[in-house]
Amino acid sequence: METILSVRDLEVSFHTYAGTVQAVRGVSFDLKKGETLAIVGESGSGKSVTSKAIMRLIPNPPGEITNGEIMFEGKDLAKLSEKEMLKIRGRDIAMIFQDPMTSLNPTMTIYKQIAEGLKQHQGLTGEDAKKRTLELLTLVGIPNPEARLKQYPHQLSGGMRQRIVIAIALACNPKVLIADEPTTALDVTIQAQILELLKDIQQKTGTAIIFITHDLGVVANMADRVAVMYAGRLVEKGTVDEIFYEPRHPYTWGLLGSMPRPTDDRNEALPAIPGTPPNLLDPPKGDAFAPRNPYAMKIDFEKEPPMFQVSDTHFASSWLLHPQAPAVNPPRAIRELALKYRPDSAFAKSFTKGGAE
Amino acid sequence: MEREKLLEVKNLKQHFKIGRGRVVKAVDGISFDIYKGEVLGLVGESGCGKSTTGRTIIGLYDATDGDVVFKGENVHDKKSKADKLKFNRAMQMIFQDPYASLNPRMTVADIIAEGIDIHGLAKTKEDRMNRVYDLLETVGLTKEHASRYPHEFSGGQRQRIGIARALAVEPDFIIADEPISALDVSIQAQVVNLMKELQRDRDLTYLFIAHDLSMVKYISDRIGVMYQGHLVELATADRLYENPIHAYTKSLLSAIPLPDPEHERTRKRIVYESTSKGPVGRSDEDSSIPPLREVEPGHYVSLTDEEYEAYKAQLV
Repeated sequence: METILSVRDLEVSFHTYAGTVQAVRGVSFDLKKGETLAIVGESGSGKSVTSKAIMRLIPNPPGEITNGEIMFEGKDLAKLSEKEMLKIRGRDIAMIFQDPMTSLNPTMTIYKQIAEGLKQHQGLTGEDAKKRTLELLTLVGIPNPEARLKQYPHQLSGGMRQRIVIAIALACNPKVLIADEPTTALDVTIQAQILELLKDIQQKTGTAIIFITHDLGVVANMADRVAVMYAGRLVEKGTVDEIFYEPRHPYTWGLLGSMPRPTDDRNEALPAIPGTPPNLLDPPKGDAFAPRNPYAMKIDFEKEPPMFQVSDTHFASSWLLHPQAPAVNPPRAIRELALKYRPDSAFAKSFTKGGAE
Repeated sequence: MEREKLLEVKNLKQHFKIGRGRVVKAVDGISFDIYKGEVLGLVGESGCGKSTTGRTIIGLYDATDGDVVFKGENVHDKKSKADKLKFNRAMQMIFQDPYASLNPRMTVADIIAEGIDIHGLAKTKEDRMNRVYDLLETVGLTKEHASRYPHEFSGGQRQRIGIARALAVEPDFIIADEPISALDVSIQAQVVNLMKELQRDRDLTYLFIAHDLSMVKYISDRIGVMYQGHLVELATADRLYENPIHAYTKSLLSAIPLPDPEHERTRKRIVYESTSKGPVGRSDEDSSIPPLREVEPGHYVSLTDEEYEAYKAQLV
């Protein structure tokens, strides 16, 4: 499939009084037309900074894209002037923010906020803008759209507000939609509605989605491909099935393992990841995950692992994939899923009975 | 074996006046018991009244109506200072937001020892600090953390401080109001494991309020589902998942995405069409829902007569 957005060796730093925070430390991925790529990670892993860098929304100072390129339709977004970027932001690449309470302007009517982009990018005004706004409100499933035009954000519920935010993002038929934790602030039933809406819209418009989240349930539901971030780096990427059924990085194991499943035995402790993420003011030597990694080997503390290729679509950055690494047994939850869905995979066959965990 | 009831909530109501004679019936007549040593989970979506229930039980709000009986004594009637002090020591709370619930101008030692000071539990300064150090170690922090301020800690560490503070007065019962919602996935598991461990070691009883159903299932013995100020279903954690009966419970369970792509490809969401008028209305308006019926031992569901007949017919 055709690649629409290509990020190469992206590095973003923030200069603070305490020193330079290396929030993103060399991230590369491609986004293909019409697909959903989920970027997963904890707070501080650099997932939101990566998405903001693509939109060129990193405030400078203190932030700065120090290296790498973001190729979109033959242009490197990292090097565009603000004026050129204005033409792309909101038109070709649009963003849905996490918190619908703060990402809408409380002093503007719904109509004005949606029509703003239409006017800016497509020169639509008057009746044309109104017609398109009503179309958008209908598309995002807002009942009685005519009556909403004159309302203000505070008159709507959280779920309705997030639909408005989505309508604004969709206003100019973007080729890439970046959704930064779009459902984190919402209740589960509302979350389910918004996710269904996004999938529905993607089918109708063919837009590619970068979906940023820390909820692996949402990832399993939405994503075609998944990229896992830790401490400013991509540690594993692959198709959604590869990440859930044949994960290779111990951090991915930790994330998947710490989600309780309905079948879990309540008398057993949840396999939590010990410790806390590293301070990116001073990233540790070697693999940043090593201090929290029960599988860490000596080399993990000395040298950063390269990206090992597992399959055509699956990559992971862990020394465990080195040909000389000893065979290890992933946590039980990971083994169970692999044996259930991918019993014939090389991954499932690598499990040894009673081997070291 | 008859289990000992630690807490009985009887027809608890909490209505907030919002002006012009209108009220929000945040909690509108809910009743349940909590047995000694168990974890009762309370789930529901924002605005269902689950947090208000917890805050009313512990007395942060004065209940509009109903009784809270703790260890056989009606606690909301207590007026004397000594009675209140005794109650406050037995029941503690852990709050949702680890950033807002710790005083930024107090050291960790003072935050944790505040309860110890109020209740006069430490004889000497040394005893006080030793208690603080013990508590810090119990929750997985170290002695060195005692002299620091909250802003020096991460969210997970702050929540551990909040837990240490709750434990300081050696309570029997802890209300945990969304204690992990603000934390990262990997840290959530750490805090939940800590809470389970403490419960086992110290024979604690929890009311665990949350909207994350998977986590609630994992930590709770029994689960109550709230909807618009009412308790619509109450059952053991396993039965609630295996055999949800109320339409709202079904919709809630079917909406949770699980970390399993194959499951997600086939998951069908059940949509709940509410028939109730919602929690805002005039104070004299009746917003009652069908009573809770025991459909199987220990499994209570709010059903109308027709719904109950239909349920029974489907069993045969």
